[in-house]
Amino acid sequence: MALVGGIVEPAEPAIQRLHPINTRLGLSIAALVTGLVAAAVTAVALARFYDSLGVVGGALTAWAVGLVALTAIVTVVLAACGSLAVARSVQAARLIPEDRVAARASGAAAKDWQWYVAGLSITALVLAFLAFFLSANDGAVRHQYLDWDAIDEFLPTLWKGFWLNIKVFLVAEILVLIWGLVLALARIFPGKAGRPVRFLAVAYIDLFRGFPAIITIYLVVLGFQAGDVPPFDRLQGETKLFWLCTTALVLVYGAYVAEVYRAGLESIHWSQTAAARSLGLSYAQTMRYVITPQAVRRIIPPLLNDFIGLQKDTALLSVVGLLEVLNRARLTSNRLFNLSPNLAAGVAFVLITIPLARFTDWLVRRQARARAGG
Amino acid sequence: MAFLELEGVHKRFGTNQVLTGVDLHVDEHDVVCLIGPSGCGKSTLLRCINALEQIDGGAIRIDGEQASGRGVDLDGLRQDVGIVFQAFNLFPHMTVLDNVTLAPRKVLGLQRKQADDRALTLLGRIGLDAKARDYPDRLSGGQQQRVAIVRALAMQPRLLLLDEITSALDPELVSEVLNIVRELANEGMTMLLATHEMSFAREVSSKVCFLDGGVICEEGPPEQIFGEPRNERTRIFLKRIIEAGRL
Repeated sequence: MALVGGIVEPAEPAIQRLHPINTRLGLSIAALVTGLVAAAVTAVALARFYDSLGVVGGALTAWAVGLVALTAIVTVVLAACGSLAVARSVQAARLIPEDRVAARASGAAAKDWQWYVAGLSITALVLAFLAFFLSANDGAVRHQYLDWDAIDEFLPTLWKGFWLNIKVFLVAEILVLIWGLVLALARIFPGKAGRPVRFLAVAYIDLFRGFPAIITIYLVVLGFQAGDVPPFDRLQGETKLFWLCTTALVLVYGAYVAEVYRAGLESIHWSQTAAARSLGLSYAQTMRYVITPQAVRRIIPPLLNDFIGLQKDTALLSVVGLLEVLNRARLTSNRLFNLSPNLAAGVAFVLITIPLARFTDWLVRRQARARAGG
Repeated sequence: MAFLELEGVHKRFGTNQVLTGVDLHVDEHDVVCLIGPSGCGKSTLLRCINALEQIDGGAIRIDGEQASGRGVDLDGLRQDVGIVFQAFNLFPHMTVLDNVTLAPRKVLGLQRKQADDRALTLLGRIGLDAKARDYPDRLSGGQQQRVAIVRALAMQPRLLLLDEITSALDPELVSEVLNIVRELANEGMTMLLATHEMSFAREVSSKVCFLDGGVICEEGPPEQIFGEPRNERTRIFLKRIIEAGRL
C-alpha cells in the first residue's frame, strides 16, 4: 500500500500469476508422427533413386547396402527423437502432482526433442527431394548433371581454363584496390574547388555501377579491339584479350569498391581529422597517414565480399571469347551433349570462394570482438 | 601587445549564435582559464583559435599576425598552436611513439631517429617511455591524455590550447594529467584552457575568464573571480559549483 500525500491508497487487487506446467504432449505426438512420415518419404525417394541407378553387379550391391543403411539411420533417428519427446511429455504429466520443478524440466526437455525432430525432418525431406530430382526420368536428369565420364574428360581442360580465371581476378583485384581508392578520394575531395572532381567521380561510379557488367565487357573488349585503342594496340592475341578483359572488370568493380572505400573513409570520426590537422598536417597528409589506414582496416570484410563477386564474374568474360573455364566447359558440353562440365566449372568457383568467405567471416568476428573490448 | 588577441569574435552554427563578440588577450607565459556553463562556447572558442572552425566575424591575431580569415597559412598557424582534446583523439592505428612523431616527421621533416629520440625524451618526462611501443587502446585514459599532451608538445608550439582535458577521465586519473599542466605552467608555457576543475584553475591560472551567452562576462585574477565575483551570472555559476561540492 502506497502512502501518497498522506492518503492511504486502496490496495490494488494482487495480480494472480498462473504458472501452468506445459507437458506439450500434443506437440510431442505430432512430432513423432511428422518424423515417421518424413522417414517414410525419404525411404520411398531413396528406393526410386535406387531403381533409376542403371548400374549392375557389385556396384549395384554397394549402392543397395549404402541406401538401405541411410534409410535405416534416418528412420531410427527420427523415430527415436519423436519417441523421446512423447516419453518426456508423459513423464511431465506424471510428475505434476509430485514435483512441479521436475515436471517443468521434463516439459522443457520434450520441447528440445520436438525441435530435434523438426530439424532432422527437414534435413531428411531435403535429402528426399534431391533423390527424387536425381532419379527423375529414370535418371536422365542425373545423367545430365553428374555424368562422371564427361566430368573426367573435362577435368584437364577445366584446370587450364580456370587458371586463366584465377590470373584475371588476381590481377583485377590488385588494380581494383588502387582504382577504387583513387575514385573514393576523388568522391570526397573537399572544398568548392573540388566540385568538378567530385562530380566526375560520382558520374563514373553511377555509370559503371548502373551498367550491367556484361554490357561493359562487350563494349570495352570488343570496342577497344575494333577501335585499336591505345595502349592495347601494342599487345597481341591472347595477351591483348587478357588485358582488355581485366580492364573491363576493373572498370566495373572499381565503381563498387570506391563506394566501399568511401563508406570506410566517412566512418572515421571527424575528431581524427581535427587531431591530425591541429598538428599541422595537410589534408593530403591527414588522408594518407591517419584516415585511410584506419578506413582500410574497417572495410576489409565488405571488400572481400566484392572480391567474391569479382571472381565469379570472370565467367562473364566467356561472352567475348576468352578461353576461360566456362567457355571451355561449354565447348565440351556441346560436344558431349551433357551439362556436367558446366557443373564442374561452377564447383571450381565455389571451391575457391569458400576459403575467402570463411576468412571474411573470421575477420568480421575478430573485429566484433575487438569492438566489444578485446 | 598581447601574444594572442581576440577581437569581437563571432561564431554561429546555422542559426545558433555561439560566440557573439569575444574579446580576449593572452600574454606570453600566461595561463588563462576559461570557465562557464556547459554549451557556453568554451570549446568552440578554442577550436576557432586553432582554425578548426572558421569564425564569422571579428579577428584573431597571434604574435601580431592575422590568424583568421582568408590568406592565413593554416598548416603553419597550427604548427605554432597545439590543442589537446577532451576525448584524447589519439590515432588508434599507431603506436604511442608514432602518434608523437608523426607530425614532427611529416610536417617538420625530422628524420625518424631524431624524432624518436625527442619523443622518447618527452615521454620519459611523463613516465611513459616504457609504453612507447604500445597502441593507445592498451593505455588508461589518463595515460592516453598524457600522450596527447606530449603529441602536441612535440611540435614545440608557442601556444597550447587545452579543451576540458580531464572531463573524460575517471576521478583518480585527473591528477596525473593536471600535474603535467602544472609543470608546463611553471616552465612558462603559454596556455589557454577550458576547464571545469575550479580548484585547479584557481591554483594555476594567471587570469580567469567567465564565458556565458557567447561573450566573456567577467575576467580577472583568480582570487578576484573566485573570491569576490562582480558579475551576477558569475556569482550564480560559482554558487552552483560550490553547491555541487566542486570548489
